[in-house]
Amino acid sequence: MPYLELTDLSAAYGGKTVLAGVSLALERGEIASLIGPSGSGKSTLLRVLVGLLTPSAGCIRLDGKAVDIAHAGTVRELRNRFAIVFQQYNLFQNMTALRNVMIAPLKVKRWPREDCERDARRLLAQVGLGDKLHAYPDQLSGGQQQRVALARALALRPEVLLLDEVTSALDPELVTEVLDAIRVLAADGMTMLVVSHEMGFVREVSSQVVFMADGRSIEAGPPAQIFDAPSTQRARDFVGKIIRH
Amino acid sequence: MIRLFHEIVAFATWYNAVFLVEAGARTLLLSASGCLCGFLLGFLLAVLRHTVGRTLLPLRILGVLYTEVFRRIPFLVTLFLVFYAFQALNMDVPLFWIAVVSTCVIGTAYLSEVVRAGFAAVPRAEWDAATTMNFSLFQTLHHVVVPQAWRTIVPPAFAFFLSFIKDSALASQIGVVELAYAGKVFNNRGLPPSIAFGSVLLAYFVISYPLAKAGARVEGRLALSRAH
Repeated sequence: MPYLELTDLSAAYGGKTVLAGVSLALERGEIASLIGPSGSGKSTLLRVLVGLLTPSAGCIRLDGKAVDIAHAGTVRELRNRFAIVFQQYNLFQNMTALRNVMIAPLKVKRWPREDCERDARRLLAQVGLGDKLHAYPDQLSGGQQQRVALARALALRPEVLLLDEVTSALDPELVTEVLDAIRVLAADGMTMLVVSHEMGFVREVSSQVVFMADGRSIEAGPPAQIFDAPSTQRARDFVGKIIRH
Repeated sequence: MIRLFHEIVAFATWYNAVFLVEAGARTLLLSASGCLCGFLLGFLLAVLRHTVGRTLLPLRILGVLYTEVFRRIPFLVTLFLVFYAFQALNMDVPLFWIAVVSTCVIGTAYLSEVVRAGFAAVPRAEWDAATTMNFSLFQTLHHVVVPQAWRTIVPPAFAFFLSFIKDSALASQIGVVELAYAGKVFNNRGLPPSIAFGSVLLAYFVISYPLAKAGARVEGRLALSRAH
């Protein structure tokens, strides 16, 4: 039984259908990557999973149990288990890196302050920012901010990490430092759902790649299958274009 | 010129001075208390508009309706509305308090928009991040939004307060003895308009100018301070 199972998930935003039937199964410890053209619904899917957008149809099963995402209590439970890192980092501008990382464990989870601070320091050191604890987001580069965001998500000790195009807003020379931090997590067995345009990275870390287009999951399989021998024409076209460029 | 000098000397009695200071204090108190109360209620109204779910939907609609209506009604009309509302309820409330309530009614509508604009100035992305980390609305406001929004909120809120010191002159229409009313009283007592209203003009300036200066200083500090 998969840990996370999505069946025909659909969602609309402002009267426009943005997800039109996504199915996906994710095992614990697995890394699934969502690829596909812009507007195919990859980021939207992640927003649905953290309750920023309510699905209009379909089913989410977590640990075999159906999740009623329209129910406030259930959404809170889902957010307790999932943590998301956004494309634009979304750090709190009024807080230092350290405060950004420890605020939710401290105020929302109500864990002891010493534990929160120790964890936050350890995580920031782990992503290579041990010397930037007291820097504010506007004093950090994009890559550094994104690593703070990564540490902030991890501080919540999530079961699944959702990464939403975490390198898309970064200058090319900063991409590597963020991807390296994620590689470490992958090696640690973190369950991840990744939206990325870094195809080399996707191929390297994913155990499963899902190709999406027009709000649908078109094809899923191991990276080798999706990149080298896609069975659908849409996926072939997309992969062909990427390889040509 | 000499006549004017004699008139000023005749005007400068202890009684007139006390009357003018009292009227000035009433103007200041009326504006300050009305705006303070309006700010607190306006803040709550702005928070209310950020709630989600169906339970509070009727209140949200009422909140929007209230803001949209009272921002479009002149202060004088609000004064009369409150005046007659108290009368209809057979409540014997001092005129000053009727004016305070009216200021509060208008202030709530205006300042809720000022606060709402302040909240809106905090990037949506930070609200989203807080939401996905299970912050409650109160926690989001307390830890993330208000510490950043107050820089956007304070300058227009203070400007509203300053402009209200002038607008509060309308309270004289229902008989509140504030500065504008004091001018009329002096004039009715036979003092020449130049003295009667000149003294009132000076009193308005004495109240407003230091406050405007203080406001400019606060704004300057806000502009200089970092976002955090």
